[in-house]
Amino acid sequence: MTSAPAAAPARPRPPIPWGRAASVLGVIVLAIVLAYVQSGSGIVVSQAVVTGILVGGVYGLVAMGLTLIFGVLDIVNFAHGAFLALALFATYWLVASTGMHPYLALGICTVVMFALGALVQRGILAGAMGRPLENQLLITLGLAMIIENALLMFFGADPRSVALPGDRGVPILGAVADLSRILAFAGAIVLAGLLFLLLQRTRMGTAIRAVAANHAGAELVGIDTRRIYMLTFAIGTACAGAAGALVAPLVTIEPTTGAQFNIIAFVVVVLGGMGNVVGALLSGLVIGLAEQVGGLLLPGQSPLLSVFIVFVLVLFLRPQGLFGRSG
Amino acid sequence: MTAQTTTREPAPPAALPRQPWNRHLAVVAVLAVLLVPLPLVLPGAQEAVVVRVLIFALLSIGWNIMSGFGGMFSFGHAAYFGLGAYTTAWLLVERDVSPWIGMAVGMVVAAVFAVVVGFLALRYKLRGAYFALATFAFAEMLRLWATNSDFVNRAEGYHVPLLPENSWWYMQFEPGSPNYFWIALALTVAALVVSILFLRSRAGQFTLAARDDEEAAASIGIPVMRYKLMTMALAGAISSVAGAFYVQYYLFIDPDLAFGSSQSIQAILPAVIGGVATIWGPVIGAAVLGPLSDVTATVLRNPPPFLEFLQGRGGLDVILYGLLLIVIILLLPKGIYGALRDRWSRR
Amino acid sequence: MTLLRVDGLTKSFKGLRAVDDVGFEVGEGAILGIIGPNGAGKTTTFNLVAGALAPDAGTVHLDGTNITGRPPHRVLAAGMARTFQLMRPFYSMSVLENVTIAVLAGGGSRRTARTTAAEVIERVGLARWRDSPSEGLPTAALKRLELARALASRPRVLLLDEVLAGLVPAEREPVMDLLDELRTTDGVTLVFVEHIMAAVMRLSDSVLVLDLGRVLTHGAPEEVTRDPRVIEAYLGEEPDADR
Repeated sequence: MTSAPAAAPARPRPPIPWGRAASVLGVIVLAIVLAYVQSGSGIVVSQAVVTGILVGGVYGLVAMGLTLIFGVLDIVNFAHGAFLALALFATYWLVASTGMHPYLALGICTVVMFALGALVQRGILAGAMGRPLENQLLITLGLAMIIENALLMFFGADPRSVALPGDRGVPILGAVADLSRILAFAGAIVLAGLLFLLLQRTRMGTAIRAVAANHAGAELVGIDTRRIYMLTFAIGTACAGAAGALVAPLVTIEPTTGAQFNIIAFVVVVLGGMGNVVGALLSGLVIGLAEQVGGLLLPGQSPLLSVFIVFVLVLFLRPQGLFGRSG
Repeated sequence: MTAQTTTREPAPPAALPRQPWNRHLAVVAVLAVLLVPLPLVLPGAQEAVVVRVLIFALLSIGWNIMSGFGGMFSFGHAAYFGLGAYTTAWLLVERDVSPWIGMAVGMVVAAVFAVVVGFLALRYKLRGAYFALATFAFAEMLRLWATNSDFVNRAEGYHVPLLPENSWWYMQFEPGSPNYFWIALALTVAALVVSILFLRSRAGQFTLAARDDEEAAASIGIPVMRYKLMTMALAGAISSVAGAFYVQYYLFIDPDLAFGSSQSIQAILPAVIGGVATIWGPVIGAAVLGPLSDVTATVLRNPPPFLEFLQGRGGLDVILYGLLLIVIILLLPKGIYGALRDRWSRR
Repeated sequence: MTLLRVDGLTKSFKGLRAVDDVGFEVGEGAILGIIGPNGAGKTTTFNLVAGALAPDAGTVHLDGTNITGRPPHRVLAAGMARTFQLMRPFYSMSVLENVTIAVLAGGGSRRTARTTAAEVIERVGLARWRDSPSEGLPTAALKRLELARALASRPRVLLLDEVLAGLVPAEREPVMDLLDELRTTDGVTLVFVEHIMAAVMRLSDSVLVLDLGRVLTHGAPEEVTRDPRVIEAYLGEEPDADR
């Protein structure tokens, strides 16, 4: 009835696509060289590279949460950036009203976002599972609208900021980076690593990966998929929340800030392969670089434009992303 | 001699009613006639609300043609709205061209853009979420380009020069003039008529078939790509008219207003709430959302005591939009009109 | 006179030869049955001939015209129609509308298209379902709808992908009668992929057996089913006495 190939089994895919990684690195190096030529200054270029990588780490963390949600629940979570914005404002509020250290707020935000994510999934999204993709997209869009405008209503449109005590410039590789940015990068990498360990080494992580690979099969072996959906969504929003708290000292805090991260998170997820958690982290770095180095290659244009150009190219040429979909 | 079916087959289900295209046309005509005297009976402030409803409707009708009837979910429809707006504004401000001509040129520009985007997306076989994200990316790229491009005045955008007296040639009248309403009404009526005629035609039927099952459509001889592009061009052209009129009515446009994601969302909401893939959905949805914005603004200007801290803050209307969106999708996925229509046909 | 000629069709997926050098000829008005065990490459061959897939190598000629690699709608224009194994109606439309669209796709005015469609519907015995929504039709009716849609363009060659799958035996007879009629009365050439041996035996003038992507044998039904290689391909072991 079906035409499943009956002869030799397919070659097992190599665990790390060295060839592809090499060509991606090649393109990046080429872009950096061109940027150097364009700007004529080594310092400017190394600044861009350093900033790009540091920013990319956070992008990676945000995208990991988003891609995990897609991989397990098949939901395109358009509210991801809104959750990040929520964490931003929560951090601001905690710091401004109680004077607590921003990184303490990080811990609180992550937990709160986790709980909120679980609530949202159980309460609203569970009813939308299995519906056509457009419907799910629209529900998360509705959520985003509600969250972002609630923030607008309660906090107003004035930009706020959060300061990291002891923040200063740190010289790295000929460039200068804010300590807060370096710490944000470090925090993102640590959290990403924890997430990876969770997925690979714990029972819950294995259950999550099983559901991502095969919903029906996972149920058949006794995994409570409903609980996994809730947990996964919660983990995803926790990632967004943690990222929000980490970047709070770095960005102007406005209700629209979340939307900017949202767009970039989607680009990163597509680039890394929807559902591919490691791909998301690596692609975050790539997009961070694309944004900063691209800004040098196209002076006078928004750096976001280079991100979109990369996005569109990936969508057309390799929609499964640089690293392919996993699960 | 025809083959006989077995007698054990279950009874055939109730006949599917034929799409009443002619009835739709009649309703459009009747509504148009009934609505003409509206500005003469409405208080002045309400006029702005009604015009806004018509702009939303126009924008969403265009969206619905490609996303609802065509099955190609567009998440970046602001691109067409913005192209219509900017083409009209640029031609008017830089070249003193009448907005009527600007509107026509805008339709062509938007249609061409739609065909280019569509061709690329379909050639590379983008579907579902990927297609939606691609349309979003293109709208964003337009926005970023416009924000930084001297050709269109960068982030400043364009102000339509104010004229001392009414002018039909320049589509500008005193604020609150009923002419604005009548023009918007005429444009919306035209859009509805065009939609109905398109869906009734061979091209429309092929588009619907391709939406239902692309492979099957191709296998019975429909050149799917051609009709999908046609649908996108039509959708782009109609939505661009909304943008062109917007500029003339609000006398201002900038990159965020034109190409921003809130416009893309504004294109989607009325259709989803009213009923995707129905003729009347976008109109009904717009009629619900338009006044909502006004009502919330009024509430926020003079809030009741327990909501005093919200005074003067923006955002409540969008929150309500979001709530409405979620409620509709979960409870009435076919939209208001869609649900009503199902109820009526079951009687 | 040969109407459909297939030579050396080859298609690989990720290094796997799904179809390897498959070729056959079908005369006008003949009926060819394609059989083979699971994974033999029947559906892939079918899709290659129908234009749903482009072959890596090989050609397909319809009445002398090379139609290799043409997209489905142009294969149809050349005179070859196909049905789908998984029924794929235009779910938002009625049966009549489904077939009308198929007629319209071949040109002509909308008014005559409806009439022609009604005739085709009558021809395949679907008249009582004419105005029913195509969504939710029982399997037997859906199969006929597939046939009706394919016949709407008055094809010279009809490719049928497991048209009897999902039908209970009582439902199969009428369909087989219909297929027979299509050949004798309407002169349509049929190529069908099928698992149900009784149908293959009854309908085919000749049978093509595929195994592991290659042609195993091609001949009259009685010969082919007695061929020990065919039996072994299906059963994977020494032939038993009672088969």
